[in-house]
Amino acid sequence: MEMDQVLQTFLQESTELLQVMEDTLLQMEGGPVEEEAINAVFRAAHTIKGSAGLFGFDDVVKFTHVVESVLDRVRDGELALGNDLVALLLKSRDHIDRLVQLEASDTEADDETRQQGDALVAKLTTWLGETVQEKPRSDVPAKRKDPVESSGGGVVSNDAWHISLRFGHDVLRNGMDPLSFVRYLGTLGDIVNVVTLYDAMPVAAEMDPESCYLGFEINLRSDADKAAIEGVFEFVRDDCLLRILPPHGRIADFIQLLSDLPGDEERVGELLVKSGAITRSELEEGLRKQEAAAAAEGKARLGEILVEQGAVQRELVDAALDKQRLARDSKAQESKFIRVQADKLDQLINLVGELVISSDGVHLHAQRLNDEGLYESASLIGRLVSEIRDGALLLRMVQIGETFNRFHRVVRDVSRELGKDIGLSVSGAETELDKSVVEKIGDPLMHLVRNAMDHGIESAELRQSRGKPAKGTLSLNAYHESGSVVIEVSDDGGGLNRTKVLAKARERGLVGADQELSEREICNLIFEAGFSTADAVTNLSGRGVGMDVVRRNIEALRGTVEMESLEGRGTTARIRLPLTLAIIDAFLMGVGNGAYVVPLDAVVECVELDEQMRRDSRGNDYINLRDEILPFLRLREVFDIRGDRPELEYVVVVQFGNSRAGLVVDELLGEFQAVIKPVAKIFGSLPGIGGTTILGSGEVALLLDVTALVQQAIGRDTRIEARETGRQALPA
Amino acid sequence: MGKHTAGSYQPETEMTIYHAAALKGVLLAEVEACKELEVDLSNVVEIDSAGLQLLIMAKREAQIRGHQLRLVNHSPAVVEVLDLCNLVSFFGDPVVLTSTRG
Repeated sequence: MEMDQVLQTFLQESTELLQVMEDTLLQMEGGPVEEEAINAVFRAAHTIKGSAGLFGFDDVVKFTHVVESVLDRVRDGELALGNDLVALLLKSRDHIDRLVQLEASDTEADDETRQQGDALVAKLTTWLGETVQEKPRSDVPAKRKDPVESSGGGVVSNDAWHISLRFGHDVLRNGMDPLSFVRYLGTLGDIVNVVTLYDAMPVAAEMDPESCYLGFEINLRSDADKAAIEGVFEFVRDDCLLRILPPHGRIADFIQLLSDLPGDEERVGELLVKSGAITRSELEEGLRKQEAAAAAEGKARLGEILVEQGAVQRELVDAALDKQRLARDSKAQESKFIRVQADKLDQLINLVGELVISSDGVHLHAQRLNDEGLYESASLIGRLVSEIRDGALLLRMVQIGETFNRFHRVVRDVSRELGKDIGLSVSGAETELDKSVVEKIGDPLMHLVRNAMDHGIESAELRQSRGKPAKGTLSLNAYHESGSVVIEVSDDGGGLNRTKVLAKARERGLVGADQELSEREICNLIFEAGFSTADAVTNLSGRGVGMDVVRRNIEALRGTVEMESLEGRGTTARIRLPLTLAIIDAFLMGVGNGAYVVPLDAVVECVELDEQMRRDSRGNDYINLRDEILPFLRLREVFDIRGDRPELEYVVVVQFGNSRAGLVVDELLGEFQAVIKPVAKIFGSLPGIGGTTILGSGEVALLLDVTALVQQAIGRDTRIEARETGRQALPA
Repeated sequence: MGKHTAGSYQPETEMTIYHAAALKGVLLAEVEACKELEVDLSNVVEIDSAGLQLLIMAKREAQIRGHQLRLVNHSPAVVEVLDLCNLVSFFGDPVVLTSTRG
């Protein structure tokens, strides 16, 4: 049995459940307590406890049990869920998380953790209004108001719950142990009697040591309700026949049991008597009644009597089963997803990459051979490969919403720490990006968020004096734009004080005394190492070591980040990341003997570089494209390519964000799918180059870093910057 | 294998699903071979449903053949399980409570 895999599943599911707990608790904080929400939190805790129990993680079970008890009281309306309690539950949830992690890594809890746990348990039990005992036995779940059934005779004297269990043959093979369920049942109360059954076991020669032949008739004295008892067997419901009859249950129900349970009815009857569920006289009375009723009315009357008498009970059972089914259905919905190992997926994508290249090769040959039939087939293959490529890449995409949602907790905690009132607004959560990027963007985002909360958003008083709402808003937004993913972290705080920033930069020697900088450049000074205009260094930020690391981390993902700010109104940090890392639609261009490639998404248009443009551009680095100024770069110059310029040149207009630039090239070679491989480390980081790709012909083409090139084109001439902000026509 | 009059068998491993298949073979052979078999459970540090089933199987097989099966030196794990399942009387052996039980 794969213990590691099972443990992994437990960890993943627990992590998800803990996340549900956190999200739901945060939602309920300060807002109305919805029944479904508190149920969700309870179920999550309950499931974690159960699973931990299966693994024998006693610490987790014990602690979670207390949390579950408190949640149960809230569920029953016996406890009000005020902010204090929510805060305590959140801390308890954190502790459960810690305990689960410790168990997973097979580490002993240290003293600090133990003390934290004890303190939390103490606080939790004051809410329960009783002291916790060593064993959770006495901490029974609160009573549910079961509708009172009129007895009027016909009930058993047995004051304990009667539980009939017949485990299925595969229970052991499915990794479960009937004994642990019986033990767990014991924590709900007192097991007054147990009869263990083994008559399902064949003779020794035929007995399969790995099959389960056990059954139990159990009498349990407990204040727990039916749902709680059923809950014990949640994980084995599908593998087990389970019948539960309440204390002082109807005799008729026990009669029903005779036919429900496998085996000869008389035998079962004896069993029930032996187990103390029902006395002999009660059994005989019930059988007599059944016969009499059958005789009097004929056939299915018995069924009706039983249903009638047991109607209330049956309804309860059905309702409970329905709920279980619903829960299972929603679990089934969730299991529309499959867990896949990331490296298997990567292997698959690599293969698809190779497939793309081969298919390009086939296409090329088909073209050359001039065979129509072959060409058609090759084109078809090309199309199919394209679809597979798209599908494969989609597999790696995850929504950024998951990452964004983690910040609800962060914003809540940090705003408390800072004594500010800050809310989080999230948009574009469905925006998808590559899994590995999502993982690595978390830390930079965290820093930007903390920074915005600490330095961006002002205190409530200051905000009010400025006519702003006392509650500050931090927004996280994400969207796709021309082949990139854009993530924005915005705040409606005080904005960057440009004067201060510039002064500080001059002070640090980052900027010359009389060097003039554009608005944008001043804002981006924030990212320089050692830069901080914070008057006070807090625990969170202000030491000036954060922002440059943020920028470096983002650049390591081939992305960019910049700050935009309106003094008094707020600041936005905008991160741009490439959408796909592996296979893209590309546009091929030729310069000299070399081939160059840009992402097709970044290409706006291609125009001929005609005489008019050449004349206009003489001496300057921009051309007039339909009365718009377009800065451009000659790739020949950028990459220092030898050889003569051809007569005819082309301008490929590419864009990055709101900026555009033209790339002057010799040839336009069309669209194709490029499998991008990173530039080998030996070449270091070549400016302007983002990777390489192999063409169908076997030739190597260089992927151009559009971002870098556009910035270069723009930055080259600062006069262009000035013009961009609104001044008029071209100089003569 | 000739029939011994009396024999002793001491499982060395835990009596769980992981060892059930192997244990069954050995245990059954011992029961078949010995008219009186003593099973020493002192080394059974862990026992689950599978292990319990094997003991039940052994007891029944012994009964069918008219052999004797005695469980001795019950380990704490075994005591707990027999107690939980109320099977002490089924096996009919005296269970010696050691101080480690709790």
